[in-house]
Amino acid sequence: MLNYTLRRLLFAIPTLIVISFIIFAILALAPSDPTGNLPLTIPAEVREKIRIALGLGEPLPIRYLKWLQQFFINEPLHAIEQMFGFSFGGGEARTRVVSFATRGPVMDTIMERMPQTLWVVGLSYVVGILIAVPIGVISAYKQYSWFDQVGTFVSMVGFSVPTFFTGPLLIVIFSVQLGWFPSVYDTTLEVNSLGTFWQQIKQMIMPVTVLAFYNAAQISRFMRASMLDNLSQDYVRTARAKGMSEKVVILTHVLRNSLIPVVTVIALGIPTIFSGAIITEQIFRVNGLGQLLIIGIQGADIPMVQTLTFMFAVLIVLFNLIADIVYGLLDPRIRYD
Amino acid sequence: MDVTDLRTVFHTQDGVVHAVNGISFHLEEGELLSVVGESGSGKSVTMMSLLKLLPIPPAEIASGTVMFDGKDLLQMELEELREIRGGKIGFIFQDPMTSLNPVFNVGFQIMEPLKEHLGLSKKEARKRAIELLELVGIPGAADRLDDFPHQFSGGMRQRVMIAIALACDPQILIADEPTTALDVTIQAQILELIKDLRKKLGMAIVWITHDLGVAAGISDRIVVMYGGFVVEHAKVDDLYKRPLHPYTRALLATLPSEDGGEERLKSIRGTPPNLGAAPTSCPFAPRCEHAFDRCHKENPALERIEGVHDVACWWDVEKEAPRHAS
Repeated sequence: MLNYTLRRLLFAIPTLIVISFIIFAILALAPSDPTGNLPLTIPAEVREKIRIALGLGEPLPIRYLKWLQQFFINEPLHAIEQMFGFSFGGGEARTRVVSFATRGPVMDTIMERMPQTLWVVGLSYVVGILIAVPIGVISAYKQYSWFDQVGTFVSMVGFSVPTFFTGPLLIVIFSVQLGWFPSVYDTTLEVNSLGTFWQQIKQMIMPVTVLAFYNAAQISRFMRASMLDNLSQDYVRTARAKGMSEKVVILTHVLRNSLIPVVTVIALGIPTIFSGAIITEQIFRVNGLGQLLIIGIQGADIPMVQTLTFMFAVLIVLFNLIADIVYGLLDPRIRYD
Repeated sequence: MDVTDLRTVFHTQDGVVHAVNGISFHLEEGELLSVVGESGSGKSVTMMSLLKLLPIPPAEIASGTVMFDGKDLLQMELEELREIRGGKIGFIFQDPMTSLNPVFNVGFQIMEPLKEHLGLSKKEARKRAIELLELVGIPGAADRLDDFPHQFSGGMRQRVMIAIALACDPQILIADEPTTALDVTIQAQILELIKDLRKKLGMAIVWITHDLGVAAGISDRIVVMYGGFVVEHAKVDDLYKRPLHPYTRALLATLPSEDGGEERLKSIRGTPPNLGAAPTSCPFAPRCEHAFDRCHKENPALERIEGVHDVACWWDVEKEAPRHAS
């Protein structure tokens, strides 16, 4: 298993380098201009100077190599220095990945935005799973019952209605009409008392609901299909013939087998948490990673977009590996030797 | 155990399938009863109906009683029935490749009924599980308890299944074609094992098979099934010496002869009946060489000829004449 993991990690390195170059090339070839948002009164030669100051004057390969060095060497060194409080020396000479828009290090901004995304999107993923698994199990066990029919209908709705519809719908009902929850997520809120904690819950309910609904719809269908596959297996009959209770038959024998593919699907979905449900974050004004990416694209903030996109790529490669390893742990028939 | 007038039907999209049409038989303590018939003759469905192991729906047990220890299994609540399943009646299934749960080790799967029915602690159950694996002839039993089913060969897996079925010292062991999925040498080993276990443990066995040759070697009595009916029932010697139903005769004729002659193996012409409708005529009539007009109009009931020899046929194969003047 360890061997396999190491081999996969080694293989990931060339994959990620190729990905980073593709992202870089696409962004460089895109007809975007970081000075495009500046007032029209600024003359062209000044704009050109700004571009050169941002480093855009250099040829593409040089810019790419600089980014590689900044991202893979300078940023990790900086992070280690920050964490343990000692210096490798030459810190001033090491340039970090700097945003075109804020002129501050990209990583600092990302770290500021990360908690909001993890809280809102991550929580909605967890809630979605917690709802989806029992629904999938019951729908499969009582196939074609009213519970299953309603579950199928609701997940079809959850699956097909986009979050940019359910989001505003909830805002209209619960913020505008009923006035229960705020429609804007306030990031500056500090949770230090029961009152502010309640406020935090209130502002999280709607975005979490919208995303959890969507996630639950998807995962419950997987869960149901996987349970149905296993319910008709011979070993289920064996378990019943041994005199095991229905609870043991379903929740031990069938569920354990059915979870194998579902856990894989869940693991593969985790990177999408970090890319932050972009649209939902926009709707509820959650200033998380998704919103950061959108603003970065709009302002042609190439280092920001490059870094964020590449981080998502790393997460996807990483969680593909994790999904494979978890699969091996759950299914004794799989051996990676 | 006494089974009376058991009827099982399946409700499918294409209509009702009458799989078991009023089966009656009884099983003495410690006896080995073979149930013989082609695929689709209702053997397995009958046995699974006894313990309500069929998925309901689509299956429905339309009528019948299964008396065991003075109680009707079919009327029991699930909770009570669960104590019989695995506790008093053990079940072995046809395909050992799929009948064990792939994600649990065999120790867990053997210990489950022990903990459930006998209330053994984990340690006691483990000890008993090792004994059981030794009993069914798995070498290195103690070490193999933590292995998963895929680490066992087909024959070894069937031995594990037998160990599970025998875990709680059942009074009855129902073996549903336990050797069909195995190759011939392994089949012989499993048969030896069952004979041996029967001597040691003395439980009654219902042995389901489509192979009259296998049935001859091990059973006390044989029930021959066709199209969801019992067509003949006799002690094993009587059945082979004096088969009374044309179907039984045809089955016996299909066995290869022992002198190893070079003649072609015989087969029964035609195909097993479609069980789509409740039969009003003898289900074997379309394939029967003795069929006459009555066979196409009325379905013969099982009647006693002598001793414990029953047959359901209008034709007396010995006298070459109809059994009853109609």
